[in-house]
Formats: sequence, structure tokens, C-alpha cells
Amino acid sequence: MNSLNEIAISFQNVFYEIDDLSILNNITGEFYKGKITTLVGPSGAGKSTLLKMCNGLISPTTGDIFIGDQPIHSYEPTHLRKSVGIALQSAPIIRGTVFHNLSLPFTLQNKKLPEKDAISFLEDVRLDHTFLHRQAEDLSGGQKQKISIARSLLNRPKILLLDEITSALDPTSVNEIEQLILKINQKYGVTMIWITHNIEQAKRIGHYTWIMMEGQLLETGESTILSTSTNERIQQFVNGVQDL
Amino acid sequence: MTYTTLSLTLIFVLIPLLLSKTLKLDLEKDTIIATVRSIVQLLAVGYVLKFVFDSEHIIYILLMITLMIGTATLNARKKGKAIKGITWKIALTLIVIEAVTQGILLGFHIVPATAQYIIPISGMLIGNSMVLSILFLNRFTAEIEASRDEVELILSLGGTPKQAIHNQLTNAIRASMIPTIESQKTIELVQLPGMMSGQIIGGADPVQAVQFQLLIIFALLTTAAISSILIGFLSYPTLFNERMQIIKNSISK
Ligand SMILES: Nc1ncnc2c1ncn2[C@@H]1O[C@H](COP(=O)(O)OP(=O)(O)OP(=O)(O)O)[C@@H](O)[C@H]1O
Ligand SMILES: [Mg+2]
Repeated sequence: MNSLNEIAISFQNVFYEIDDLSILNNITGEFYKGKITTLVGPSGAGKSTLLKMCNGLISPTTGDIFIGDQPIHSYEPTHLRKSVGIALQSAPIIRGTVFHNLSLPFTLQNKKLPEKDAISFLEDVRLDHTFLHRQAEDLSGGQKQKISIARSLLNRPKILLLDEITSALDPTSVNEIEQLILKINQKYGVTMIWITHNIEQAKRIGHYTWIMMEGQLLETGESTILSTSTNERIQQFVNGVQDL
Repeated sequence: MTYTTLSLTLIFVLIPLLLSKTLKLDLEKDTIIATVRSIVQLLAVGYVLKFVFDSEHIIYILLMITLMIGTATLNARKKGKAIKGITWKIALTLIVIEAVTQGILLGFHIVPATAQYIIPISGMLIGNSMVLSILFLNRFTAEIEASRDEVELILSLGGTPKQAIHNQLTNAIRASMIPTIESQKTIELVQLPGMMSGQIIGGADPVQAVQFQLLIIFALLTTAAISSILIGFLSYPTLFNERMQIIKNSISK
């Protein structure tokens, strides 16, 4: 990794335990400003847990996380969460219309989202304006994912955390969402951490990658390590995924 | 009524006992326990009340009210064990209920300031507030359990705990108040309210009995509103820590 990169988030000896069960085990590493870092690893590796930590939804049991050069706990939680946006893995929907869901980040700040802005956010994720007044609960899994992505962009975060945002999408939509995220990354220099189970996707979109297993960070580096790593467990994992 | 006639009423206990035995409902033990308990408890209450009414001393009245609030608190807190400090939160709610309702009743001279009025009315309102608190806590914990994702979503977008919990809180408050409001809509002849029936049997003028019943009905509305709202706003902050994170297992029992 080259030393010219500015650090956006750094983990220093981060441990996370729930009821004596180790979930994250001594994570140390950096995410670079303006870059897309993918986070890959088997189910239960601790990827979502790590992502939620960056957004302040949970805190390490021990160890430190820095956002920029300040410890994460020095930020006021609501400010932190507005500038470090997250699209959660479950793409949660609140009762009400798509518009209601989309404007939630604004509603929480007592701001109103103009309808034409809402439509343009919808169009960004390739949903047309007719969706605006549909009940969000009635949407398909993939459509909910698109709403969740659009919603995470509303606060215009400086850091964006994406948890398997294309897992329920068809190939065309996957491509469109990838293009959208790449565009946001390039245009606004947004730092991104993107969890994916799709190794090809990780190679396509990620500048860097973190490979996690069983709560540990096995290897980090440029995305090419996904093909070139000599670590046996990583090779097995990557090839296993490709065989599917 | 003499104790001889009272003992005849045990026929009403024998009937379900026999039925339970023949139909193998397996309710004999519970029925007997319930019967013995109500005899002992109610007679004790009767004699204690008689003593308090006779002495009419403020200390005894306060002692009775404290006892009622204490018992009600212990009953209700079982439902909210997961919520930190729930005991004093319920106790505080009941104290506020008692202070507000008696403040109005005595302050405006609606009822005379004697033990005979203060104690039964307090009993009914505190008892009701206890039931409401239980209803509220049941519903509130269920609502949050069912919508953890939603709570987490709102927090993740930069919402405050209060915003994250707002829907669940108002739903639970509404749900626990509805039975009070509904039951008052349907009071009718076939279902004379207990207190009114008691007064009429005791020889009171039916119109006066109705007046007191109305007083209780109105006071119950205030009780319902204050208890669920107060207990709600006192309990929700304990579900979050100072980093605005959901406290793990703060809800599940
Ligand atoms: N709230 C929780 N309570 C108990 N265990 C938890 C909790 N959250 C996560 N875990 C455990 O932590 C481990 C890591 O979970 P996490 O969701 O971070 O995995 P993941 O890498 O995102 O997996 P996936 O690819 O399936 O999404 C799992 O074993 C999970 O069971
Ligand atoms: Mg996950």
C-alpha cells in the first residue's frame, strides 16, 4: 500500500465480545480516504460487526478506532452517524411510503425533502417516480435494497459503509448500482467500505480489500491479493466462492 | 351478614371444585389456594380498614397508601425486570398518580378528606395504574423486540434514542390506554361496575352510587394517561447507553 494515502479510519487492536464470545479478535488496520475498500470473508466472520463499529452503533470491548485523527468516541454520536453513513445488511424499512422511508434522514433533522429531490434519488438507484408513493413494505427484496442505498446517500456522508447492498439484485441492477457507487466515490471523494460475498465484484470495484475470517483480519492489501494471496485459507475461500 | 351466612357462600367454591374433579380439569388445588388467600387477605384488609377508619389518623392513612403503592410496585415490576431501575420508576409513577388524583379530589373538596373516601379511591386508582403499567411494559418490550431493526436503522442515520423509539413508545402508550377507554364505553346494566354494585348492596342511594362511579371513571382516564406516559418516558432511556447505542439484552428477559 502506498504511504501517500491519507487514513480515513483506523482500527487499533480492536476486540469485540458478546457474553464472553469473541466476535472480533485483535483487528488492526486502515481504510484510506477517498478509496473503496471491500470487506470479504465467510458468513459470521464479523464483517457487519466491524462496519457497525465505524458508524458508532456498537463500540469495541477493547481497542481504539480513529476517524481521521480523532478517536471515534470523541465525536457526538448523531454527528458521527450523519457523516459516516451506513446501508445495513437487512435493508430495514419503516412502515409507510417509499417517500417516507427515503426522507427519513431529513425527517430526523426536522428538514423536509422536496419531492423532486426524492425522485432524483430514486432515479439514481433506477427506480422511477411511480414508486414514491407506494408502501415500502410491499416492495421486493431488491427494491428495498435500492431504497436503503438511496437513503444512505441523503446525508451526503463523507464515509459510506455498504453491507451487501447488491445481494438481492439482478445482474443489470448490480451493474447499475456499482456504477452509481463508483460515480459517487469519484465525484465526491467519498471513502467507502463495501462488504460483499461476490469476489468478482470485490475485484471490480475495490481499490483495497480486507479479508476476514472468524473474527480475525487475515490479510489486507490492494484488491489483487484476492487472486495472488499465497495464504492457503484465503485461496480456499476465494476459490470456493468462485465455484458456486 | 353473619359468619354463618358467609360460610354458606362456600357452596360457590364447592361447585367448581366438584366440577373440576369430575371433569379432571385439575384446578382443585388452585381453587383452594385462591379461596384461602382471598379469605385471609380480605378479612385482614377489612379489619385493618376498620381500625384506620375508626382512628382516622393521618399516619395510618399514609401508611395504608404506602402499603398499596409498595404492593402494586412489586407486582408490576415483574414485567419490566429487564429495564434498569424499574422498581423506583413504577413507584414514582404510582406516587404521582396518587398525588395528582387526591390533589384534585381533596383540593376541590370533591370528596371529604376522610379515610373512608381516600383509601378506597386510592386503592382503585393505584390498582388500575398497576395494571396499566403491566400492560404498558408488556407491549413496549414486545414492540421493541419486534422492531429492533427499525430502532437500529434510525440510530444509524443519526437519529436520537428518543426518535428511534418514538413509534414503539406511542404505540405502547396507546395500546395500554385503549382498554380503559373502551371499557368505559361499554359500561351497561348487565355489567354494573363492581364499586357501584357494592355500594348499592351496602344500601347506598343508586344515584349517589352512580355519581361516585362517574368520579372513578373520570379519574381512571387521568390515571391511564399519566401512568403509561410517565412509565414510558422514564423507562425508554435505560434501553440506550450514553453513546446512543442499544444496550445488549436490555429488553429480552
Ligand atoms: N447481537 C449479537 N448477539 C450475539 N451474537 C452476535 C450478535 N451480532 C453478531 N453476532 C455474532 O457475531 C458473529 C459475526 O457476525 P456478523 O454479522 O458480523 O458476521 P458477517 O461477517 O457480517 O456475516 P454475514 O456474511 O453472514 O453477514 C456471528 O457469529 C454472529 O452470530
Ligand atoms: Mg453481515
